[in-house]
Amino acid sequence: MNKVALRSAPPAPSMGQTLWALLTRDLKVAARRQSDLATVVFFFGVVAALFPLAIGPEMGTLRLIGPGILWVAALLAAMLSMGRLFSADYADGSLEQLLLSATPLPFLVAAKIAAHWLLSGLPLVILSPLLALQFDLPGEAMKILMLTLLVGTLSLSLVGAVGAALTLGLRSSELLLSLLVLPLYIPTLVFGAGAVQAEMSGLGAQGHVSLLMAVLMLALFLCPWAAAAALKIALE
Amino acid sequence: MWPLQPRPRRGALARSKHPIDSLGFNAELHYQGHGLALKEELSATENLQSGAALRGLSVSPQAVQAALSKVGLKGRSQLPVKVLSQGQKRRVALAGLVLSSAPLWILDEPFAALDVAAQSSLQGILDQHLAQGGLLVFTSHQAIELQAPGEDLDLGVFAA
Repeated sequence: MNKVALRSAPPAPSMGQTLWALLTRDLKVAARRQSDLATVVFFFGVVAALFPLAIGPEMGTLRLIGPGILWVAALLAAMLSMGRLFSADYADGSLEQLLLSATPLPFLVAAKIAAHWLLSGLPLVILSPLLALQFDLPGEAMKILMLTLLVGTLSLSLVGAVGAALTLGLRSSELLLSLLVLPLYIPTLVFGAGAVQAEMSGLGAQGHVSLLMAVLMLALFLCPWAAAAALKIALE
Repeated sequence: MWPLQPRPRRGALARSKHPIDSLGFNAELHYQGHGLALKEELSATENLQSGAALRGLSVSPQAVQAALSKVGLKGRSQLPVKVLSQGQKRRVALAGLVLSSAPLWILDEPFAALDVAAQSSLQGILDQHLAQGGLLVFTSHQAIELQAPGEDLDLGVFAA
């Protein structure tokens, strides 16, 4: 019998530290590849800027269509970056490591979604008041637009993550991804754009914002688990 | 990729009471597959630090530098991994093994694309792991002589 003791298990990992490490890693990688971030912001800006040019300078019309167009542009911009959520990790083997981590996968997925939202959702929220000026939206409506985009893009990132995980590694995954998640994006779009319109027509945005929050809570509760399950299937 | 999806025909797989799919099992495992899990945009140092943090280890910057000089990448620790050669990338992954404190290592072809010097330093790392009482499973196309006695499983019979 040799007397060498079996190497002891590593110290119990702190989950917060692990999640923070994943979040900062993703942000750091994105900071060094700025083209991804630029694509999203540029797309949102260009689409929202082209509509007033095409439609003409009639304030009434622009104000009427503004919230809808801004919301559709934000939704498509968020959609644009969704496919990249897991694909880089899948290609370089990091995803295997996440699946073999001692941290529950849904939490790791949530950290990745958070990083993705900070890079593709938050910039849209920040940019939106500037674009809202083109549609002559009043100040109050602008505030509601930012609030609904803040809540709504989070839901979009969460729901999109499930689609990204389901289509991981497939051919023409971008197309499949949009087919899968666009129907699920519709409630967010309806309540988001509806809130701004309701605010402008004097009805108050309260109801729509509450429904938007409800969608977010549901997505927050379900999507990380669904995406984690889909990732396990994708790597099988 | 058997660490990910072990499916015994009958019964269950476990190691020291941890079922093989569980988080407790994962906590004691260091797996390295064909994908090296390195981020091209980050430097070797940053890769090792985030890799260790994802495994739940807190490693000091000194430990990271020591691990990198052990595999012969001392001068390249701050370069983004995308400018390193394939062999150098593999050596960054080896430095990850030096930092690992997991008792069980499962390595898929760790000796591939390594030059002679890196091969002998990997052998040294594996020997040290085994001398400390660690467990090791690895695949290889070469005959690798380690100091500790091991069992060779010839998978050639399944190739036909």
